Amino acid sequence: MESGFSSPRNDSFPAGLRVLVVDDDPTWLKILEKMLKKCSYEVTTCGLARDALNLLREKKDGYDIVISDVNMPDMDGFKLLEHVGLEMDLPVIMMSVDGETSRVMKGVQHGACDYLLKPIRMKELRNIWQHVFRKKIHEIRDIESHDSFEGIQISRNLSDLSDDGHMFGREDLSSGKKRKDFENKHDDRDFGDNSSTKKHRVVWSVDLHQKFVKAVNQIGFDKVGPKKILDLMNVPWLTRENVASHLQKYRLYLSRLQKESDLKASFGGFKHSDLPLKDPAGSFGLQSSINTNQDDGAKGRYQFSGNNLFGQAVDIKNHEGDLKGIVSEPRPDNKTSLTPDVPDPQETSSTQMSFDHSFALGSEVKYAAFDCSIPAQYSWSETPEINFKQENKPVLQLEDGFSQLPPHAPQHHIQIDPLHSVQSITSGLSLTGRNTSGAIKVEPLYAEYKSAHVSHASPKESAIDMLPVQSKSHIIDNHSFEANSTAISSMKPQGFSLSCITDFESCHRNLISASDSTFAPFNEELTVCWLPGDFHSKNFGLPNFTDYNDPGFISEIPAHLYDALTADYECPFDQTEYTLVDQGLFIA
Amino acid sequence: MERNQMRRQVALTRQSLFDQGFLDEQFIQLEELQDDANPNFVEEVVTLYYRDSSRIIVNIDQALERNPLDFNKLDNYMHQFKGSSTSIGAKKVKAECTQFREYCRAGNGEGCMRTLQQLKKEYAVLKRRLETYFQ
Repeated sequence: MESGFSSPRNDSFPAGLRVLVVDDDPTWLKILEKMLKKCSYEVTTCGLARDALNLLREKKDGYDIVISDVNMPDMDGFKLLEHVGLEMDLPVIMMSVDGETSRVMKGVQHGACDYLLKPIRMKELRNIWQHVFRKKIHEIRDIESHDSFEGIQISRNLSDLSDDGHMFGREDLSSGKKRKDFENKHDDRDFGDNSSTKKHRVVWSVDLHQKFVKAVNQIGFDKVGPKKILDLMNVPWLTRENVASHLQKYRLYLSRLQKESDLKASFGGFKHSDLPLKDPAGSFGLQSSINTNQDDGAKGRYQFSGNNLFGQAVDIKNHEGDLKGIVSEPRPDNKTSLTPDVPDPQETSSTQMSFDHSFALGSEVKYAAFDCSIPAQYSWSETPEINFKQENKPVLQLEDGFSQLPPHAPQHHIQIDPLHSVQSITSGLSLTGRNTSGAIKVEPLYAEYKSAHVSHASPKESAIDMLPVQSKSHIIDNHSFEANSTAISSMKPQGFSLSCITDFESCHRNLISASDSTFAPFNEELTVCWLPGDFHSKNFGLPNFTDYNDPGFISEIPAHLYDALTADYECPFDQTEYTLVDQGLFIA
Repeated sequence: MERNQMRRQVALTRQSLFDQGFLDEQFIQLEELQDDANPNFVEEVVTLYYRDSSRIIVNIDQALERNPLDFNKLDNYMHQFKGSSTSIGAKKVKAECTQFREYCRAGNGEGCMRTLQQLKKEYAVLKRRLETYFQ
């Protein structure tokens, strides 16, 4: 199946819908396969969740919808659900004999777009296409909502849908939906794709985003408009729609960051207590973002931004590749040290960059990618040199941090705390960030950070337990921080944690340049909690603060976080996350 | 004449399976899925069910021999078994599954074992009836 455009599907949508069925019970697999075939769907069956994920990863855009059983021996159905939602953003339907409300709720929380009770009736399966359709509609709507051509595009999309049923491979979707293949890590390739007639999703690489932010700042945030930005950016293959949707996400990110900072105080120890909550918490956070996306048109935008960001994250991921490249050049060691350090129980991240690592983590991966890019934007542009230099050191740090991570990973609490802190910090730092557009001012940031930090000291303390991710150091770096938060907030909660990590990295990097020993105190306070929803309360512990000189650390962190995230993704999703992201984006 | 008789017999056998509560509506669903592409679909599914579920029963037996009993594990197995049994519409077997799970939740090992015996009986009876029916 080609990616993006499935040839088997044509005018007779929903016929030819590509369904992946996952169930450990062979009897049910056989029955479901037959039932789906009767609906004229294209069925692929899988007895193991692991195999299913592999199949999905091998063929991005190879499936339209996934149906999975809840109870499976090798992996919890909910976990699979999360992974699919994060990595592939496909609608997932859960099935079970057990129809208990709590289970159904859990499914919904984890992002299931439906929960079917076994025995499943034919009529229930006939209608599963609606979930696919709905998702596409939401995506289109979100992408185009701020676009002046929106009406035209949506109607065009819809008419296209009815005309040729190529809904799923829609180019409009790709242009708006900035999600890119996770596998694709090369910006060049992406750009090349963009210029082809078959519009692939726009990859908002670090460079591209930087241009974007620069343009936004030049114009003046209030007067900004997609056309102006596009002109300023001077990127030939970029379309106005691309910019428009990106701008929307950016705005949402910033507003979320603002919100996040407001909420942060109240969340003080919240995350910590939430941490023990397993799936419900994590999934909840996740779900909120996911669910919103799916069900709530109104929120769809919000959500969608997250998705878009996510897409961006993906792009970033690609960019990450670039990033990686850069980083790796000067310091190959960093990478290697990073990778081994980060124990990724779920996935093996091959890339050195933590980003990649996180990416491999699955759901987290997305975020990681996102994170990486965002901070990358800031930190790179500002102090590329420093970053590189420091890369080495952070690596060491990271290891330390990372080792801490593993123990936390299994616990839920590791979740997105840092994000919260990031957010809070962002708010404090955002001003600084704005003022210092283009140049990373570690110092001013630091000051801001400090003040932000102090104010949040109490709530954070409770969360100190979390990963002492160096991400805190990232916070200090306003730019990176903001970038991260932006990235994070826009992303789904899952991604959020990842983005935090990236932010941290950039912060860290900046921090390193500041090489301020005063950071040490912050470390204590800032415990990074990777709770998807918990951005507010967490303090980022910057254990390595004293050793800022490890730029590599930054990248390392994400790996940790990713692991932590992956381990327990179930953090409650907190909308505050979005705030972070917004701010991050805003900071130029 | 004979063919008609046989058909009637088959129909009666089938009806009795429903009337006597061995099978429920799911079985009819399976029958509806049967078509020219899969003319023996129902039989294949039932065969698959018996093959796979017997494995689960072995697991349950083994788990029941342990001391102390791991009710959680037993419950999980039974959940699996119930899911399977639902696939062919094995009504009576399903009822025993539910009963078994109740005992698991209550931590009643005795009850579990008794129910399992009952379950196995129903399971075997249904198998025989279905085999006859398919012939």
